[in-house]
Amino acid sequence: MSRAALSWSIAGLLAAVLLPWYGLEDGLGSGAWIAGLWSSEDAASGLAQSIFFGRWWLAPTLAASLGCLVVSLLPLAPARRGTGLLIAGGGGVVLFAAQAFAVGLRGWNAGWLLSLLGEMEQRQVGIGAGATIVLIALLSLVSIGLALRGAFGGDAFVAGAMTTVTASILLFTAWPILHILAQAFQDQDGALRPLLIVDRLAESKIWSLRCLAGSGGCGVVWNTLFLALCCGVGSTVLGLSFALIATRTSFGFKKILRVLTVLPIITPPFVIGLALILLFGRSGLVNQLLDWSFGVQPTRWIYGFPGVLLAQLFAFTPVAFLVLIGVVEGVSPTLEEASQTLRANRWDTFVTISLPLMRPGLANAFLVGFIESIADFGNPIVLGGNFGVLSTEIYFAVVGAQLDYGRAAALALLLLVLALGAFFLQRRIVGTRSYATISGKGDSGLATPLPDAARRVAHWIALPWAGFTLLLYGFILMGGLVKVWGRDYTPTLDHYAKAFSIEFSEGGVIWSGAAWNSFWTTVELAAIAAPITAALGLLAAWLMVRQRFAGRGALEFATMLSFAVPGTVIGVAYVFAFNVPPLEITGTALIIVLCFVFRNMTVGLRAGVAAMSQIDRSLDEASATLRGRAPQTLFYVVMPLLRPAIVGALVYGFVRAVTTVSAVVFLVTAEYDLATTYIILRVINGDYGLAIAYSCALIVLMLAVILLIQFLVGDRRLGRRALPVQGVRA
Amino acid sequence: MISTNRWLAGVALAALTLFAVPAAAQGVVNVYCSVQVEWCTLAAAEFQKASGIKVSMTQKGSGETIAQLKAEAQNPKGDVWFGGTGDPHLQAAEENLTEAYKSPKLAELHPWAVKQNTDSGGKTVGIYAGALGYGYNTELLAKKGVKAPACWADLLKPEFKGEIQIANPNSSGTAYVAIATLVQFMGEDKAFDYLKKLHANINAYARSGTGPIKAVARGETGVSISFIHDGVTEALAGFPVKVSTPCEGTGYEIGSMSIVKGARNMANAKKFYDWALTPEAQQLGAKAKQFQVPSNKTTPVPPEAPKFSEIKLIDYDQAKYGKSAERKRLISRWDNEVGSLPKP
Repeated sequence: MSRAALSWSIAGLLAAVLLPWYGLEDGLGSGAWIAGLWSSEDAASGLAQSIFFGRWWLAPTLAASLGCLVVSLLPLAPARRGTGLLIAGGGGVVLFAAQAFAVGLRGWNAGWLLSLLGEMEQRQVGIGAGATIVLIALLSLVSIGLALRGAFGGDAFVAGAMTTVTASILLFTAWPILHILAQAFQDQDGALRPLLIVDRLAESKIWSLRCLAGSGGCGVVWNTLFLALCCGVGSTVLGLSFALIATRTSFGFKKILRVLTVLPIITPPFVIGLALILLFGRSGLVNQLLDWSFGVQPTRWIYGFPGVLLAQLFAFTPVAFLVLIGVVEGVSPTLEEASQTLRANRWDTFVTISLPLMRPGLANAFLVGFIESIADFGNPIVLGGNFGVLSTEIYFAVVGAQLDYGRAAALALLLLVLALGAFFLQRRIVGTRSYATISGKGDSGLATPLPDAARRVAHWIALPWAGFTLLLYGFILMGGLVKVWGRDYTPTLDHYAKAFSIEFSEGGVIWSGAAWNSFWTTVELAAIAAPITAALGLLAAWLMVRQRFAGRGALEFATMLSFAVPGTVIGVAYVFAFNVPPLEITGTALIIVLCFVFRNMTVGLRAGVAAMSQIDRSLDEASATLRGRAPQTLFYVVMPLLRPAIVGALVYGFVRAVTTVSAVVFLVTAEYDLATTYIILRVINGDYGLAIAYSCALIVLMLAVILLIQFLVGDRRLGRRALPVQGVRA
Repeated sequence: MISTNRWLAGVALAALTLFAVPAAAQGVVNVYCSVQVEWCTLAAAEFQKASGIKVSMTQKGSGETIAQLKAEAQNPKGDVWFGGTGDPHLQAAEENLTEAYKSPKLAELHPWAVKQNTDSGGKTVGIYAGALGYGYNTELLAKKGVKAPACWADLLKPEFKGEIQIANPNSSGTAYVAIATLVQFMGEDKAFDYLKKLHANINAYARSGTGPIKAVARGETGVSISFIHDGVTEALAGFPVKVSTPCEGTGYEIGSMSIVKGARNMANAKKFYDWALTPEAQQLGAKAKQFQVPSNKTTPVPPEAPKFSEIKLIDYDQAKYGKSAERKRLISRWDNEVGSLPKP
C-alpha cells in the first residue's frame, strides 16, 4: 500500500508540473500546449500558474500534494502513515475545492470575499487535465490513508471504491440537483426567500379539485397521482398475467411473449404515442372503420387521460413483467405442494399461498410503474391534450413563456416527494417479513400449474394485450415504409434512403444519409456510458449490501434523486452546475456521458442490490478464509453470480442512453447531436416517416446490442444439484 | 491494491480523453437556431460558403433556447440566436441576455423589422414576419358541410363546435399572439368575452404553436388558429390544408435574431447577423419551404408565400405586448377566466 501511496503522490505532482492546469480550448490532442507549459497563461501547469501568473491560491493545494509525497517516503508505521496521508490528502482536497469555488470567471465568486480581500485581478477558467489528475491523486491518497488506518477492513480496494462512488455521486448527482432544487426557495434574482415556495405551490392549477364537481380540470398533482396509480396497478396486473403465463402454463409461444416484453423498452419515446394517434386518433384507422361501417362519429377520446394511460401501460408493462417474472419463478413449489397435500384446492392454494408470496414482487412492480409514470414526459406531451401532469407542467415552467426556474424547482420538489412517498410506502408494505422461499435445500423444482380460473383470467388479460402490441408494432414498422403516414400509403424506401444512404466513391464510403452523424454519436456515447453505468451501479450496490458504513442511507437517497427528478430538470441542472468553472464541461461529449451514467446508474444499483441479497454472505466469507482479498472476491466469486444483473445493467445503461430525450435536450450541440433529439425535431416538423424509419433502425440496433451483451457476459451457471442461492429478500 | 490503482487510473484516463473544452477558436460562430431544421442547416452551409467561417448550428425551439441562454448567462456558449418568434427575443433583451448591435443592413429592412430593433434598444431585429390566420382541413369541413371560416366571428358559430384547436398561451408564443391580437382590436374585456365563447368550440389547447396545424393536416381537428405560413408548409407536404386570414384584421409575429451577450466570437457573430439580413440569406427560407415574409425589402418573395398586402393587418404593438409583465398579466387572466373553464 505504501507503494501505491508513493505512485499516486508522484502522479499528482507530475500532473501539477507537466500538464496544463486549466482546460484548453482545443483539448490536449494537438500537443501545442507542451511549448506553453511554462510561458503561456492558458496552457501553464499548476506550478507555473502559481509562480508566474499570480494564481497564488493554487500553491496550498500543490503543497499538500508535496506533503503526501513526504509522508509516503518517510519511514513510518502504517497507521501513522495513514494519518499523515489523511491529513495531507484530505487537506489538499479541501484546499482544492475551496479555491475552485472561490475564484471564478470574474475573480472572486462571493461578495464577502470581494469585500474582505479586495478586487481580484486574476480569473480562472474550468479545470483541465492537470487539475483533474491532481484531484484524483489526492482522493486516492485519502482512501489509501483511510485503509492504512484500518478503515474498511484495512482494504484499500474497498476504500478506493468507496471514495470513487461517493465523490462521483456527490459531484454529478447531488450537487447539480440540490443546486437547482434550492432555486425553489429563491426569487428571480437569486436572493433567499424560503416562504416563496409556499406561494409557488399554492396555486389552484396544482391542487384544484374542480373535476370532482364536474366543472373543469383537476390540479396537476391529482392528475399525476391518479395516472400513476392507474399505471402502477394496470402494469402490475398485466405484468403478472404475462409472468404467470410464461412460467406456470404450457402456453406455446413463450419466445414471442419474451420478445414482445422487450420491444417497448427499446422503443424511442414518442413512437408509441404517434402509433396510437394513427390507430385511435380521430382520423385513425379504428375510427375511420367505425365511421365507415357503423356511422359512428369519430371522437377524440385518445387525447387526454385514456391515451396517456394506454401509452404508459404499453411502455411500462414490460418493466413490471421483468420485475415479476423473477419473483414468480422464485415462489417455491414446496409450499404449494404442502398446501395441496393439506387438501386445499388449486384455487385456494393460489390465492392464499402463491399470491401472498409474490407480494414483494407485486409491490416492486407497482412502485416501478408508479414512479415511471410520474417521471414520464414523452407520452403526456404527445397525447395529453388538455390533461396536464407535473412533468409537463415543469417543462413549461422552464421553456414556456414563464421561464421561471424557481417554479420548476418547486414543482420538481413536489414530484420528488410523491416518488419518495411511494418508495417508503412500498417499504412499509413489504416490511421486514421474510419472503424467502429459495434455500439451500432442494425442492422438486416443478412449478404448480395455475388453477383453471386464474389461467383463463391471465389469458384473457394478456393475450389481447399481446395481440394489440403486435398490431401496434406492425403499424410502426409500416409507418417508415409508406410515403406519408396517415395520408398516402404508397410503399417507399425513401425515408430509409434519406436517413441512412451510403455512397461509395474512390475515396471510400461516404455516409451521406442525414441521420448518420447523430446515429454514430449516439452509438459512441451510449457505448462509452453503458459499461461505466453498469460498473459504477454494481460497485455501489456491492458497497451498500456488503459494507457497513455511516451515511449509507444518504448515499442511497442521493442515487434516487436523479431517478425521480424529471429529465428536463436534470438537463437544466447540469447546465447550471457545469457551465461555469471549476467544472466547465457543457458543450462536450463528457457532459452527455456523465448525464447518461448518473441518470441510469440507479437501475444498475437496484438490480445489483436485489441480486446481491440473493447471494449468501457465506460465499464471501469462504473466499476470505481462502485468503482472497476484496477485489478477488468481487471479481471471481460475486461477479460470476451476478451475470444476469450485469447484463441487465449494461443493457439498461445502453438502451436508456439511446432513448433519453428530455435530459439531453439542453446538452446536445452541433458537434454532439443525438438520435433522439434528431427524431424529435423530425416529429415537430411533421416528418413522421423519417422519424419512424430512424426509430426502427434504433430498435434493430438495440436488439443487436442486447444480444451482443448477452453473448459477451454469458449466463450465470448454477450447480444443478442444489441452488447455491439463498434467501430472496424483499 | 493493484486493482484500486487500475480502477482509479481508468477513471482518470477516461476523464482525460473526454476533456475537450468547446471550440471558440477563430473562424467559428455558434448559432442557436429556432426556425425549422432544414432552414437552419441551409443557412449554416450557405454562410460557411460565403464567409469561410465555420458554423456550429444547434437547433432548438425558441422557448428552449431562451431557457438555455438564461442558464448559460454566467458563461455564454452561443454567439447568435437566429429565428424564432419575436417575444422570447424581446424577453431576452429585457433580461439583458442579448447584446445591442446596429447592423449597416438596417436601412434595407421593412419598417416593422426596424421597429423591432428600436423597440428592444437595438438588441434584436426582425428577419421575417408571419401573419396569424386559420388553417382548415378541406376534406373534413366538406364532409361536415361547413363553410371555411373567414372571420373571427365565424369561429363562434355552433357548427364549429369541437372543431377548433389553438395552442395554450402558457407554452406557445403563437397562442399569445392570437390573444394579444384580439385584445388590440376588440379591447381587453371584449376580447376575453370572445375567448370564453370560443372556448365552447375548442377541442384542445395544444402544447406547441404548430401543434394545431399538424392536427388539421392529419384530420384530427377541422380548424386551427395558427400562422398561415405553417399552413402553406403542410399543404405543400400533400395534406388537404388551406389557410385564410380573418376579415376583421389579424396580428403577426416578427421572427427575430439577436446576438448573445458576451458572445465569444463577437466579430463573427456580427458577420453572421449582417449576412442574415441580406436578400441572399433570406431567400433560403423559401428554399426550405418556409413561407414567412422576409424582412429585407429586396428579397424576392416566392408565389406560394402569403402576401402581406392582401392581408388585413392590425397595427400590432410589438413593444407593448412583447413586455414580460404584460404577457404574464394577460396569460394569467386567460388562465383564470378561460383556461379554467369546464371542458366544453
